[in-house]
Amino acid sequence: MALKADILLPGSAQGEVLTLQRPISFWGGVDPKTGTIIDARHPDRGTNIAGKILALPGMIGSSSAAAIMLELVHAGRAPAALLMPEPDAILLLGVIVAREMGWAVPPAFALPAEAQKGLHGQHIKIAADGTIGD
Amino acid sequence: MTLHLTDAERAMANGHSGAGAAMAMRIVADTAQLMGAERLIPIASAHIDGALYHGDSGTLFAERLVADGAKVAVRSTLNVGALDLMGCSKQNLPPHERDMAKRMMKAYEAMGCEPSWTCSPYQAGHRPVLGSDVAWGESNAVVFCNSVLGARTNRYGDFLDIACAIVSRAPDYGLHRTENRRATVVADVSGLSEALRRSDVFYPVLGTWFGLEMGQAIGVVDGLQGLPNEDNLKAFGAASASSGGVGLFHIAGVTPEAPTVEAATQGHEPERRVTVTGEMVLAALKRLSTTDDESVDAIAIGSPHLSLDEVRSLDNILNGRMLAKPIYACTGRHVIRAIEADGTRAKLEHLGVIFVADTCVVVTPILPGNGGVLMTNSGKFAHYAPGNTGYAVQYGSFADCVETAVTGRLTRDLSLWR
Repeated sequence: MALKADILLPGSAQGEVLTLQRPISFWGGVDPKTGTIIDARHPDRGTNIAGKILALPGMIGSSSAAAIMLELVHAGRAPAALLMPEPDAILLLGVIVAREMGWAVPPAFALPAEAQKGLHGQHIKIAADGTIGD
Repeated sequence: MTLHLTDAERAMANGHSGAGAAMAMRIVADTAQLMGAERLIPIASAHIDGALYHGDSGTLFAERLVADGAKVAVRSTLNVGALDLMGCSKQNLPPHERDMAKRMMKAYEAMGCEPSWTCSPYQAGHRPVLGSDVAWGESNAVVFCNSVLGARTNRYGDFLDIACAIVSRAPDYGLHRTENRRATVVADVSGLSEALRRSDVFYPVLGTWFGLEMGQAIGVVDGLQGLPNEDNLKAFGAASASSGGVGLFHIAGVTPEAPTVEAATQGHEPERRVTVTGEMVLAALKRLSTTDDESVDAIAIGSPHLSLDEVRSLDNILNGRMLAKPIYACTGRHVIRAIEADGTRAKLEHLGVIFVADTCVVVTPILPGNGGVLMTNSGKFAHYAPGNTGYAVQYGSFADCVETAVTGRLTRDLSLWR
């Protein structure tokens, strides 16, 4: 595995990768108290994102995603890290604000959706420079 | 691309204007860096969507800013909160949530934001001028501000809106830049009947179609010259921003950056032209209703918040008739004050209208019981009611909604669509 992701928000992480099958709207899609996916139309409904390295193929929906992300961090139910094809200002804003509040936050990296798919279910480490290894 | 901050901006981030302003500047600068902006630009005003309670963390953030001395530096109106502070309607929030929601609303007021508490700030006296840069949140307010007023804003979400207001700066990217405001798709509606194009009920439906068709792309509609009024444009934009990610639309001969189709495309050849047919808009109309159940339990109007003109229309169509089913009429306190002064509020409440101020029926628990059938003329209510309230939706025109409320039976005039 010689993958290297671009750093969006710095940090390192390890854990099991959960690659979502479809884009998700965090507002109305993820329960902010538990981290469980609650969107009735989403194929990963019922899966929990807390502590996972969450790979997002894309984002849709409300500008309240930042509020849900901040709430997940505050509740201790945030993912261990975020992977996304390109920076999403709204979701990552929740992480930026949580960092300003002095709470422990997940790092975020850019990784294309194709590369995310191959990582699903694996236990990986992401170094601070974005290098992905097992 | 690297972000370049001025000396003054850097000093603010380092705390020269206080800890609250420093935190706000770091949030704005971090976002700018993330989105590839090279600089920050001054803004003329803000509309803040961040005071709607989603959980305790948002309240703690706002209270941290207040404690650290942050104040907004530009005119900042507030979008809806989770509570009707005017006391027109009741919310069924548990005590802890009610307390935290109220603390949150008070914290935003303490930072100097205007207690407008409306999603139609542009009809409550907040109208930035053509070409000015602003930081607005709430998808319908964003799309109206960009499209109808011609002021420039991205879709500012929770936290970034207030941070920009405090530092009076925003990241220079997206819809702040002229080249990114160009229409790439032309939608020609001139083949639809003029009666339909002149009707109120057409605009939320066309907006729903437009949002689904455009996604995040910018389109220009041709064939509506001289037809829509401001409330029609409000309904169109809100529907398009609910069904798609529309932040800016153009309507040739109507909106300020589109005197012509060519002006809207900035002289470029469009990537796509779509001829809108009766079947297309009929499909959008059908999509807005989620049930065949004709036993309507309640009617909701006012997403976006009703204008004074719309409340006057309600009064005229009702014409003193008592309601068999309640109409929840969501509006801002700017309208409540006007209709209180002339007795309209008391008159309509006596007939069975329930006014909802400062908030609305899809963002906080107001509708009774555990669901039922909700009739609405709003594309936005139709989109969000099933997920947020548990109510199924019957969609109809403003007049259909009023007649259904009076008779208690679903009444719908579909003659325009045939």
